[in-house]
Amino acid sequence: MNKQLTIEQFVASLKSGMTIGIAGWGPRRKPMALVRAILRSDLTDLTIVAYGGPDVGMLCAAGKVKKVVFGFVSMDAIPLEPWFRKAREAGGLDILELDEGMLQWGLKAAAFRLPFLPTHVGLGTDVMTHGGFKTVQSPYADGEVLLAMPALKLDAALIHVQRADRLGNIQALGPDTYYDEWFARAADRTFVSAEEVVDRMDHSYPEDARFNIVERCFVHAVVEAPFGAHPTSMPPAYGWDMKQLKAYAASAREEAGWDAYAADIIGADEAGYLDRVGGKDAVAALPLPIF
Amino acid sequence: MTTAPEFTLCEQLIVAASEAWRANGELVATGIGPAPRLAAGLAKLTHTPELMMTDGEAYLVEDPVPLGPRGYDDRKAAGYLPFSRFFDAAVWSGKRHAMVTPSQIDRFGQTNISYLGGTYDQPKVQMLGARGFPGNSICHINSMFIPAHSKRVFVEGEVDMVSSVGYNPARRTPGVNFSRVDLRLIVTDLCVMDFGGKDKAVRVVMLHPGVTFDQVQDATGFALEAADEIKTTPAPTPEQLAIIARLDPHNIRAGVLKDNPAGKRS
Repeated sequence: MNKQLTIEQFVASLKSGMTIGIAGWGPRRKPMALVRAILRSDLTDLTIVAYGGPDVGMLCAAGKVKKVVFGFVSMDAIPLEPWFRKAREAGGLDILELDEGMLQWGLKAAAFRLPFLPTHVGLGTDVMTHGGFKTVQSPYADGEVLLAMPALKLDAALIHVQRADRLGNIQALGPDTYYDEWFARAADRTFVSAEEVVDRMDHSYPEDARFNIVERCFVHAVVEAPFGAHPTSMPPAYGWDMKQLKAYAASAREEAGWDAYAADIIGADEAGYLDRVGGKDAVAALPLPIF
Repeated sequence: MTTAPEFTLCEQLIVAASEAWRANGELVATGIGPAPRLAAGLAKLTHTPELMMTDGEAYLVEDPVPLGPRGYDDRKAAGYLPFSRFFDAAVWSGKRHAMVTPSQIDRFGQTNISYLGGTYDQPKVQMLGARGFPGNSICHINSMFIPAHSKRVFVEGEVDMVSSVGYNPARRTPGVNFSRVDLRLIVTDLCVMDFGGKDKAVRVVMLHPGVTFDQVQDATGFALEAADEIKTTPAPTPEQLAIIARLDPHNIRAGVLKDNPAGKRS
């Protein structure tokens, strides 16, 4: 069994119109190398499900997105994601705005192969009104009326971690794993990019098995992508690149700003990308953010 | 209790806001933004030490983490509460009291951080999105901090998009359990309000020195009630000011209110 793909094979296995979940959280541990591969592809009409950061903004800027299902789209220190904002204010973008907790609940419903999971959350707000959610009544004595959060079934999930092996064992070493395991379980196929891919985790890093965030039966392919989270953070290895995130945000204020950013920074391949953002050593030295 | 001779209005508001968490017990105190965060830290270090607090990333800390630049490993972790446990262990379980700064608030305590103007499909100004507000508001205690009290924030009708649940009877879906909706304080640059009026109406309970009820009413888009006895917001003590200064060594609080006014209005 060998689940390793090249980044070209990864992007070739996606199709236009798919529903793709992107793991990570805002500007934290986003599978940006995989996102850049999509940016460089002909894929279009995607539905993106995410706790969004520059991943969602860039895909919107590049015209890849039909619909965004989101808990938020933010770059933290830059609270309003400028390209997502621009796309939404222009109209024409299909939107499902969720409470952050509802999103994980929808992924869990999909993971457990349930049509929905009940919750209080969303009731009494316009998230309910605009989202078109239905309610269910508890069959027990309480008779409570609850929102039925539909399963968020994904065609594909994208995740970035420190380490993977060819069998699909993965390790994420940072202090937080966000909701990545639920993206993986909610998806038909999960693509994991890793800073490093080894033959067998038990031969290389057996002492770190507790950093395995999801079982390998939920990992369908692994792609080696050093610094693949840049410009988002990859604790404990490197922090987010605020200089790059600011340059990207500034491109939203320029005429044809995205085309210029895509040509000058995203470019044609990952090796060139790392050179264009300052080189591997500079990315490796990015300090971790302090909150 | 001696009061400090010199203090800023922001420092006075931080002290007033810290009262929101008094006697809350063992739950997560979250202050979003510099002033609410300092207020939560002050509450923990003075009257309610059992409060829980995070470092803003993944760990629970017993010493509130100071604002601004510092060594990455300066915080001492006592527990663990990453995003991946937050809904399980704080929000949906009700073990949290958050203080937030919404863009709009209406007479029912419904708030908006999603968008302003236009429609859901094409908002005039896209803001943050509802984020965790629907869940926060129906699951745990909430308070608010408003640095510039105005009719743009305290709107006349309903907010543009109801992001958090308030006490609006028209939005009480039959059969739904809204019993956990629990709105406490609204601290603004003019006054302190609560939801102790008729049918949970917003009520002025404290006025900052030199501010009148009429002034507050004029800056509010809906009719306010007044507490039977409106108090004057107390001045910070030297001890409170020392704690605030220690938690904010770079004086980030100086940028919270426009022109950083003094606590005593001239």
